[in-house]
Amino acid sequence: MIGAHDLGGKQGFGRVLPVRKPDTSASDRHEPLFHAEWERRAFALTLATGMLGQWNIDESRHARESQDPQRYLDNSYYETWLVGLQKLLHAKGLLEPEELESLPFAASVDISTSLSTLRHNGPVIEPPSPAKANELLAKGGPTRLPDSRQPKYAVGTAVQVLPMTHVGHTRAPQYVHDAKGIIHAINGVHIYPDANAHRRDEDAVVGEILYTVSFARVALFPSHALQASVKECNEDRIFVDLWEPYLIHD
Amino acid sequence: MSNSEDHDHDHDHTAPPPELELRVKALESLLVEKGLVNPETLNEIIDTYEHRVGPRNGAQVVAKAWTNAKFRQSLLADATDAVASLGFMGRQGEHLKVVENSASVHNLVVCTLCSCYPWTVLGLPPAWYKSAPYRSRAVSEPRAVLAEFGTQLADTTRVQVWDSTAELRYLVLPQRPAGTEGWSEAQLAALVTRNAMIGVEVVNPPETNEASR
Repeated sequence: MIGAHDLGGKQGFGRVLPVRKPDTSASDRHEPLFHAEWERRAFALTLATGMLGQWNIDESRHARESQDPQRYLDNSYYETWLVGLQKLLHAKGLLEPEELESLPFAASVDISTSLSTLRHNGPVIEPPSPAKANELLAKGGPTRLPDSRQPKYAVGTAVQVLPMTHVGHTRAPQYVHDAKGIIHAINGVHIYPDANAHRRDEDAVVGEILYTVSFARVALFPSHALQASVKECNEDRIFVDLWEPYLIHD
Repeated sequence: MSNSEDHDHDHDHTAPPPELELRVKALESLLVEKGLVNPETLNEIIDTYEHRVGPRNGAQVVAKAWTNAKFRQSLLADATDAVASLGFMGRQGEHLKVVENSASVHNLVVCTLCSCYPWTVLGLPPAWYKSAPYRSRAVSEPRAVLAEFGTQLADTTRVQVWDSTAELRYLVLPQRPAGTEGWSEAQLAALVTRNAMIGVEVVNPPETNEASR
């Protein structure tokens, strides 16, 4: 889906940093990781409940992204995490609708758009201890699969990106839809997010070849180059990681 | 705290509304009560990312690459393995790639779709990295974004922007600044900034002695 999260190349958001005196360095200025205690808790709750193994990273991203676009842009960063978490807890049956409704400001989360109505009927879930959590964080969740299939496109091949406009999850940003690029690298077979975000328990994990595709910035954003206050260079390249089903031969 | 002169605007603009405090508290209580979350685990996760994992890890990687040609080679060939040899591995660093700056190429990392970032070497991302202005503009007008960070590149330097759309995580290997010949890894690591490893800045030469001015 082309949601409000798909921000690459969108215009009108203004400066990244405020205008500052020329002699002050911007580098690594004191900047807290969390601006309020609730952000710390929302972050940790998201990671801790993720460790219960009831959803994958693509479901988690899709839960955050499939919001009313206006709301997505209005939300602060961790507010969107919180919305995603509440939707997942509902979709996976870890919290009953009544329990979610009993929370303050429940109306601000639209659980009617939840992706699944699967109820949790598995064995009793054991939340990880602090030591177990650290172990899981250190282990991470690799997405590369042991799969030796041959890639369809060799490095240097000219490809075009399909318009990935289906309503489900995708990691093909809109600014490369229909764009022409060159295969820069082949990164092996990785879990395919478009399938993984909608995977049911009985479905097998789908993997696809993951490429890094190189695009000419000026071809993606020709008008930006004319309007920018700083002269952009026609030689600049944009690299995007894209799965094989997103691509066709140019 | 910052004074009004250099108050940073790169955090989320809305003041933390009390409703969010209440929402998170109520959700946490409910999850703890249902036995789905161990409150001590929450504290441990926060402590890990606030105090133990951060850009000093990445600075160590960069300094080693600057002083050890063999390490630099293995870092560019397989960053995940090379970085793991220093003990940095795990979540949001499962598949690392290192992209190297040179006199002719400058690299910049963004995640236009969300906030993907190499946690194992840089910790959690700064607020501006997750903001709509950075995510929208880093791909369309990278030089204008770099200029906001005070970074001016030669016209002949090619900018390469890496949009982290998959589970590959990118770390920029900046150019070693002049005037650091013979420096130790620890001395070099102290010069390496988080922003330089994202690619919005370069690593500046060591500060010129005040007295020599």
